Amino acid sequence: MPALTELERAYAQVRRERTFRKEFQHYLHQYAGRETPLYFAERLTQKLGGAKIYLKREDLCHTGAHKINNTIGQILLARRMGRRRIIAETGAGQHGVATATVAARFGLDCEIFMGKEDVARQSLNVFRMKLLGAKVRVVDSGSQTLKDAMNEALRDWVTNVRDTYYLIGSVAGPHPYPMMVRDFQSVIGQEARRQILKQEGRLPDYLVACVGGGSNSMGLFYPFVRDPKVRMLGVEAAGGGLRTGKHAASILGGDVGVLHGSKSYVLQDDGGQIRETHSIAAGLDYPGVGPELSYLRDRGRVRFVSATDKQAIEAIKFLAEIEGIIPALESAHAIAAVMRLAPRWAKNGTIIINLSGRGDKDMITVADYLGVKL
Amino acid sequence: MRRIEAKFAELKKRGEAALIPFVTAGDPDIETTLKILRALEKGGADCIELGIPFSDPTADGPTIQRSSERALKNGLSLPRIFRLVREFRRYSELPVILFGYFNPIFHYGLRKFCRQAAEAGVDGMLCVDLPPEESGELKRWTDDEGLDLIFLLSPTSGSDRIQQVARKGRGFIYYVSVTGVTGARGSFDGQLRSQLARVRKATSLPIGVGFGISTPQQASWIAGLADAAVVGSALVEKIEKAKGSTEKAQGAGRFVAQLKRAMRQIRRVPN
Repeated sequence: MPALTELERAYAQVRRERTFRKEFQHYLHQYAGRETPLYFAERLTQKLGGAKIYLKREDLCHTGAHKINNTIGQILLARRMGRRRIIAETGAGQHGVATATVAARFGLDCEIFMGKEDVARQSLNVFRMKLLGAKVRVVDSGSQTLKDAMNEALRDWVTNVRDTYYLIGSVAGPHPYPMMVRDFQSVIGQEARRQILKQEGRLPDYLVACVGGGSNSMGLFYPFVRDPKVRMLGVEAAGGGLRTGKHAASILGGDVGVLHGSKSYVLQDDGGQIRETHSIAAGLDYPGVGPELSYLRDRGRVRFVSATDKQAIEAIKFLAEIEGIIPALESAHAIAAVMRLAPRWAKNGTIIINLSGRGDKDMITVADYLGVKL
Repeated sequence: MRRIEAKFAELKKRGEAALIPFVTAGDPDIETTLKILRALEKGGADCIELGIPFSDPTADGPTIQRSSERALKNGLSLPRIFRLVREFRRYSELPVILFGYFNPIFHYGLRKFCRQAAEAGVDGMLCVDLPPEESGELKRWTDDEGLDLIFLLSPTSGSDRIQQVARKGRGFIYYVSVTGVTGARGSFDGQLRSQLARVRKATSLPIGVGFGISTPQQASWIAGLADAAVVGSALVEKIEKAKGSTEKAQGAGRFVAQLKRAMRQIRRVPN
């Protein structure tokens, strides 16, 4: 708790500082390769025959996903706070890679906690993290996925709180993390807003993003929250189907609870025990969701739908074949929802999908699913 | 007088520190836990800390994580914990404190939880992931039902936090001896004595020390510094290693007796 208070204070201070904001912008530009294009997906639009579809190309960021935006912001903060050791949890490994990357860049020690099951299905990212000089700690407790990695990272943090900075990758966890991660990721929505105004001369009708913990969706949505005409759609992971119980749709299938220090929708059983989740996308495999997303849903500001494993795989194939872009399994959930809904949306409307990451890391999983031997 | 308060008063007169063993309810099953509780009392426990298992025990080390997993696998629920306490109350007047995480209680309903806990004979409650700032609603119901809501302090707690806990806490103050999670450790923070003195200045409540106490030597050292020693992981590990339920209970009783004997060798000056 004192560590959180200290973090809250430190963040409140840098947030107001022009030098900090400039430093952040500098690394986003020079190191992460921003801004990312807002790409008009012409063939996808034609194929679906509905609203005009734009893809916000976060997959083109350094390390291959939006995760780097937040890790740059937080590592700069950690440096200000004089921390020498960085820890982080990771599911798909994208946040782990993004953390290991910035830790390497700034010469800080780095340990990444990752569930045993995720280590097996994301071996490529495990190797990348090690190559970047990070230690990967395999977590074999509980369901051996993202939430357990987060449990273990929290345990490490309370033990080594005096010299360690915990770099959370999602808009989850205790305050101030959900707010801070949202702020650092908001660069996605700020750019998209500027870009669509330039390209279309007006705001978009729909924003669509996949939601696990919710960092990429909050990043895209937040700068549009006060534009009532912009509708927002979060896509949760339905895994084997919402009715099978094997899914990771916390908002659509969960109840209000408290997990990892925030009150939000949580997948839990009758006894308030956290349920195991299932999604083919390791980055969506989390039984909670950011508290602000829960709030926006309760206010009716963000609507939620879901996509199954199967639909996500189909979306990957579809986008790869007609646009020459292979999305991450996570982002494919957003594509899948649009494939279903876009034909129903007005032709003169515009949609921005957050293409939060690229699919290279998922090739083994996808091949496996399709029964292809590599 | 409430049971916890009365127990500390009684021990103070005798110049003794309290020994508070922790076990996870339902590890490996409720019947065994009941046997263990009775053995703990016979061994000299002064108060029982009963863990409510949780799927994501972020404040616990591997030993208590495993014990929670075992209990949950056997279908442990809050109503069964209340039944267990009710059964224990038929034989015993030892104070019982529930130690758990917020979500299962929240999901059950805070008011219903407090009412049923009090009816079953529970005396106090400690919610390890609920900071005092967020405890208003739970405290309202624990106060209503006459349960003592116990708060934690740690080596990183500042003076604001110490004041706040001194104001809101009841029963005793639980001082976490080290930064980190539960589990046996070889050594303690060298500043424990001065840190406890800081807390002592802020409160007239008894102070219990827990996390990392695993041997009779450590327990007796703590008895010289604080009003209570909480022993969890070391005991849970003994229970884990013993084979049948009778052996588990006997082993737990023997261990607690060793701890208590060591603690009694420290003469405390009644003040």
